[in-house]
Amino acid sequence: MKKLFLTALAFSLLIACGKKEKETEEYNPAADPSATETTATDPSSYDPKRGEGKFTTVELGAALDQAMATKGEEVSGVKCTSCHKMTDEKLVGPGWKGVTERRKPEWIMNFITNPDPMIDKDPEVQAQLEICLVRMPNQGLSDDDARHILEYMRKNDGVK
Amino acid sequence: MKNKFVKAIFAIALGSALFTSCKPKNSGDAVSGDAAQKAYVAPGKYDEFYNFVSGGFSGQLSVYGLPSGRLFRVIPVFSVDPEKGWGYSEETKPMLNTSNGFVPWDDLHHTEMSQTNGEVDGRWVFGNANNTPRIARIDLKTFKTAEIIELPNSGGNHSSPFITENTEYVVAGTRFSVPADYANGDVAINTYKENFKGHISFVKVGKEGEMDLAFQIVTPGVNFDLSHAGKGKSHGWFFFSCYNTEQANTLLEVNASQRDKDFIMAVNWKKAEEYIKAGKGKKQTVKYAHNKWNEKTHTATSEIKNEVLVLDAAALKDICYMIPCPKSPHGCDVDPTGEYIVGSGKLAALIPVFSFDKLMGAIKNKKFEGDYGGINVVKYEAALHGEVQKPGLGPLHTEFDGRGNAYTTFFVSSEVVKWDIKSLKVLDRVPTYYSVGHLCIPGGDSKKPFGKYLIAYNKITKDRYLPTGPELAQSAQIFDISGDKMELVLDFPTIGEPHYAQAAPADLIRNNGQLKFYKIADNNHPFVAKGEKEAKVTRKGNRVDVYMTSIRSHFAPDNIEGIKVGDEVYFHVTNLEQDWDVPHGFAIKGADNGELLIMPGETATLKWVPKKTGIWPMYCTDFCSALHQEMQGYVRVSPAGSSVPLSWSVGTNLPKATK
Ligand SMILES: [Cu+2]
Repeated sequence: MKKLFLTALAFSLLIACGKKEKETEEYNPAADPSATETTATDPSSYDPKRGEGKFTTVELGAALDQAMATKGEEVSGVKCTSCHKMTDEKLVGPGWKGVTERRKPEWIMNFITNPDPMIDKDPEVQAQLEICLVRMPNQGLSDDDARHILEYMRKNDGVK
Repeated sequence: MKNKFVKAIFAIALGSALFTSCKPKNSGDAVSGDAAQKAYVAPGKYDEFYNFVSGGFSGQLSVYGLPSGRLFRVIPVFSVDPEKGWGYSEETKPMLNTSNGFVPWDDLHHTEMSQTNGEVDGRWVFGNANNTPRIARIDLKTFKTAEIIELPNSGGNHSSPFITENTEYVVAGTRFSVPADYANGDVAINTYKENFKGHISFVKVGKEGEMDLAFQIVTPGVNFDLSHAGKGKSHGWFFFSCYNTEQANTLLEVNASQRDKDFIMAVNWKKAEEYIKAGKGKKQTVKYAHNKWNEKTHTATSEIKNEVLVLDAAALKDICYMIPCPKSPHGCDVDPTGEYIVGSGKLAALIPVFSFDKLMGAIKNKKFEGDYGGINVVKYEAALHGEVQKPGLGPLHTEFDGRGNAYTTFFVSSEVVKWDIKSLKVLDRVPTYYSVGHLCIPGGDSKKPFGKYLIAYNKITKDRYLPTGPELAQSAQIFDISGDKMELVLDFPTIGEPHYAQAAPADLIRNNGQLKFYKIADNNHPFVAKGEKEAKVTRKGNRVDVYMTSIRSHFAPDNIEGIKVGDEVYFHVTNLEQDWDVPHGFAIKGADNGELLIMPGETATLKWVPKKTGIWPMYCTDFCSALHQEMQGYVRVSPAGSSVPLSWSVGTNLPKATK
């Protein structure tokens, strides 16, 4: 176990050294097997409320940010709504209705930007996978994209 | 019974031993005990080097790992490739356009990596089309052919695509001299000496890689075979081997072997640039295609160009010089210091090594023995550093390890011979299985070779692997050259017939800003559908455009009606995935075309002209998810002139069912 961790560490260092500025833009740590490997060494650290990813606290406004929600709707149209309906009906993935009531905002943002490790660890996501049988793809969302989509989900859940 | 069997085996073995008389002795036990360990790359571990190997008559470029010999990918370049839809999709068809129209096949002979300061830099690999002369540039961020330029006035683009030490130029010397495209070509073939000319092309390479045919040099009619650029002190010069200086036009196997010596032609390209600046080039009217791939529109464009600048080597005396070289020279290789130029006569039993300093002295002091078609011929001894005596039979190609050693392949005696460049002494030899052509040491033709492995590319593999009919796999063999003795560690089969190859450290390539997916926001394809809400079908006369999307695990739309027999249907499929390694495919029954293979965030177009009415299934060809098999749809085709309205849908049954 320790050895595996060291190898993974060495490997990620290697990648980091060779990386060029331009690459970081396209580089997606979630898709990098070494990142999964590193965290996979300690499953007990997984927080099912927050999920796993870069977001620890997400501040939500009391009222809806209409501009953000509109942007979120645009991005969803390109990257999400092929598989998710706005109702509670399952398409490829579960419908979005009520998702912001069921999940913490951090969890949602972590999951949509960093799906692979969470699919592997989150018990509820694993249960969902048994129903849908399609792993949610990493759609390369930026942090802003993710925040906007969250706002769009809130709008869908009736936040005004 | 058993005895009989053994006898039969023995007879076969004897027969095949006689049959493969080129097979070296003791070929079976040349592998030492720890060879497997040296070639072993454990599952999940990465190779040390990428090896870019020409695919010969397959027209493609293959990518292997070293030292494992694992095949990673075949990159389509000059031949249509149904696996990737290359040459089948509307976007890629222009890449194979030439002045002769769409050419679906070519013979990719040599690969050359871009260099900076004489070192491989991991940006691009170039490849040459032999048959319909072209040069391709393959982008190593996308492992995709990014550009192809055709070469006028040429036939058999063999001595190509070799590059200068900062990738200033990629060159191409014609194998077949032919009447120039700008001259009357309708001449008797036996007027070779008067009417046939050689042209050497200098293709300028821009910062982003874009190629431009800067100029050509016209020479007497000979066959140019191979070449290499000078480097270091000889930067500014290029060297081309040539044969058939007899200028024969029939039975060359005899008639082009008459002279004891042919030539290596030394070209001062810096001088040529000066002459171009001084206006000494002559504009000639020709026709050639220049094809470029656009990463933003996911589409290639082909432009036909009409002019080339030509310099006359006979008139401008100080551009070209001929160096006599024994017996039909083939390989022409320059050592890492740039001082030594190794010629290899296919029919020779020695290797002549020329000295750049001595060549310069000979030119300065006019040590010429006459001229050839108006080009000065330097005296052999005046340019010669020395000869490697009795190295083997049929020397072809030489690469270097950066430690003062040269390694030459011998086709006839099937071996690789290591020798000392300065003293010209033979140091070691190993057998190959069998007739070896090119060889590659990572960085072995650059200023900085990574002299750990040597790979030999063999033309014949009789009895080396399980047989597969009259045609057998060609092969490559990896030798560890880190010690005094070369040591065979692995052999592996290759695609096509491997010619030259290049290799670079793995990290140089995989950390060069490799593309993981195309950002859908940056997709500027004119028929992109960014999301399912943009999926639609439009009709203009008999042209139907289907704006289709694909994501795990469905197409949108997946039901289309109102298509008629004889319509020109264009399926523009946008892959909505934004994740590494999730391509989708697209195929439709009965299409007289290929499939599409669409990368994440990319759009690709399949043209389909339905010929019969009925229901035509379509599906995804690249396994994408547990529900991949469900990724399918239907197209209804009605008779020409039918009034079935155009409709499309996904998830809803449209049009409404009528009772
Ligand atoms: Cu698919």
